[in-house]
Amino acid sequence: MTHPATVAEPLVRLRNLTKTYPAAKGRNEVPAVADVDLDIAAGDVQAIVGYSGAGKSTLVRLLNGLEPATSGSIQIGGTELVGLHERQLRRIRLGIGMIFQQFNLFESRTVWGNLAYPLQIAGVAKAEQQRRISELLHFVGLPDKAHTYPRNLSGGQKQRVGIARALTTNPSLLLADEATSALDPETTHEVLRLLKRVNEEFGTTIVAITHEMEVVRELADHVAVMENGRIVESGAVYDVFSAPRQPVTRRFVGTVVDDEPAPDALAALRSRHPGRFVKLELREGGPRQADLFAVLLERGVAFELVFGGIEEIQGATFGNLTLALDGPATSVDEAVRELSALVPAKEL
Amino acid sequence: MLLPTDTRLGELWPDIWQATGETLLMVALTMLIGGTLGLLLALGLYLTRKGGLYENAVISVVLNVLVNFFRPIPFIIFIAAVQPAARLVVGTGIGMPAVVFSLILAAMFGIARIIEQNLVTVPPGVIEAARAMGASRARIAATVVLPEALAPIILGYTFAFVAVVDMSAVAGLIAGGGLGSFAQTFGYRQYDPTVTWVCVLILVALVQVIQLLGNTLSARILRR
Ligand SMILES: Nc1ncnc2c1ncn2[C@@H]1O[C@H](COP(=O)(O)OP(=O)(O)OP(=O)(O)O)[C@@H](O)[C@H]1O
Ligand SMILES: [Mg+2]
Repeated sequence: MTHPATVAEPLVRLRNLTKTYPAAKGRNEVPAVADVDLDIAAGDVQAIVGYSGAGKSTLVRLLNGLEPATSGSIQIGGTELVGLHERQLRRIRLGIGMIFQQFNLFESRTVWGNLAYPLQIAGVAKAEQQRRISELLHFVGLPDKAHTYPRNLSGGQKQRVGIARALTTNPSLLLADEATSALDPETTHEVLRLLKRVNEEFGTTIVAITHEMEVVRELADHVAVMENGRIVESGAVYDVFSAPRQPVTRRFVGTVVDDEPAPDALAALRSRHPGRFVKLELREGGPRQADLFAVLLERGVAFELVFGGIEEIQGATFGNLTLALDGPATSVDEAVRELSALVPAKEL
Repeated sequence: MLLPTDTRLGELWPDIWQATGETLLMVALTMLIGGTLGLLLALGLYLTRKGGLYENAVISVVLNVLVNFFRPIPFIIFIAAVQPAARLVVGTGIGMPAVVFSLILAAMFGIARIIEQNLVTVPPGVIEAARAMGASRARIAATVVLPEALAPIILGYTFAFVAVVDMSAVAGLIAGGGLGSFAQTFGYRQYDPTVTWVCVLILVALVQVIQLLGNTLSARILRR
């Protein structure tokens, strides 16, 4: 790439973005998207997580103008979208791909016909269309399915076609609304790997909406957490995973990374394991596990790992380990004090 | 054989074939013109409805009131009610032209509602996908909505076809010709049930062929 090394302008820049739907009769107007600020760098994979109704779909549909904003600003590649007419928006949409939870393929067209459709809209010459379509079918691993109708494809194959179709016009931005939520775990993994390749090989910026933290962990560089239309927490995936601040973020992170056992689980563990329970937080760049265990071994304190584990996110490891410590009271006291000096530790 | 001997069937065969031809002509003209107008009206209803590509409450209400007003009128009354309009448009209130005029109008309103219901079955997500690709609304209507709904639309037209054959039998009321009026004139009124039953069987055969064609075509499209 030959970009001048000046301050990198974000590809997507949202400021005070708000979308309010007309209120249902007798109800107060509640914004679906409220006062959102977000920058997404070119080449980044930005995940947006949140529970149902948080406003995720509304947010991505604002990004390609499928839904008009109520107020605020949406800049994509330096172009302001808010206030543009449908005709102008259509031109911009040619440069933004979109994939969907239900794939939304044209059932009346073959796989080839599905991929040709956006190229026809863009007015691409026939020969170039052919070249582009066969190139993309190879890229997604479905060169032999060109003349198949979508109903004869599996869910994973359908999403591959959806991805290929979204990429035909070489978009700089790809929007994915729950792209893997209708797929089984194995297929989800395959599709995520494909999206990762799209990001790495074509440099496509991806905005991926999901309610599955697995997707965030496997795919994203950055993550924003939405609640009631607002972004309540955002940052690099490792930072958000290793130090979630908001309750909603904690709940999401807890679905893939064990924090500490819930009260009833803790009671069950206590009945089976003697000793005092201590939760240790391991973070990238901190002390190694071996150093911590050495402290215990030196004091002659017996220990068992009763809960938690080590995770790897974006090549960095971290985890929360709950240990049951057993031994002479003074030794355990000393060990806990020493561990607390090394890592964040919490007695349960 | 217990065939009745007091029937004029033998000498009436040429007239029966001519009446069959008239029925086919009336139905074909109706389906061609009424079918096209009905499709346009269906698109109007579909595109202007709430959440539609050309959402427009005023046009939507007007079209719906129009369709709802004309559609429930039984054809035997409809044909009399639009006689003045027939005189204005086709120059006569009786005969085949007046019948075809009435059939086209009635079929148009009926077909509009049927096809509108077929169009509604197109998943909104597919339309959203086309919009996200930058397709214009007119383009989406022509290249996404219609092709995606084609199989049910063919079944809808098949249904309409059979209904038009049925309605065309009332043509005798204004001397419109066709198998229906033939059966009434030479079968019913002349106490010649054999003639009536021959006409009925021809109509049944016609309907069967159309239904079979429609089913086959629609299934072929669905199977791909
Ligand atoms: N067309 C619409 N008209 C009125 N309200 C809407 C419309 N679309 C969405 N909403 C409301 O906006 C809020 C956010 O909806 P949105 O679909 O963006 O949520 P989401 O985070 O994508 O949820 P999910 O995970 O269920 O897809 C919801 O309260 C929803 O009811
Ligand atoms: Mg959603």
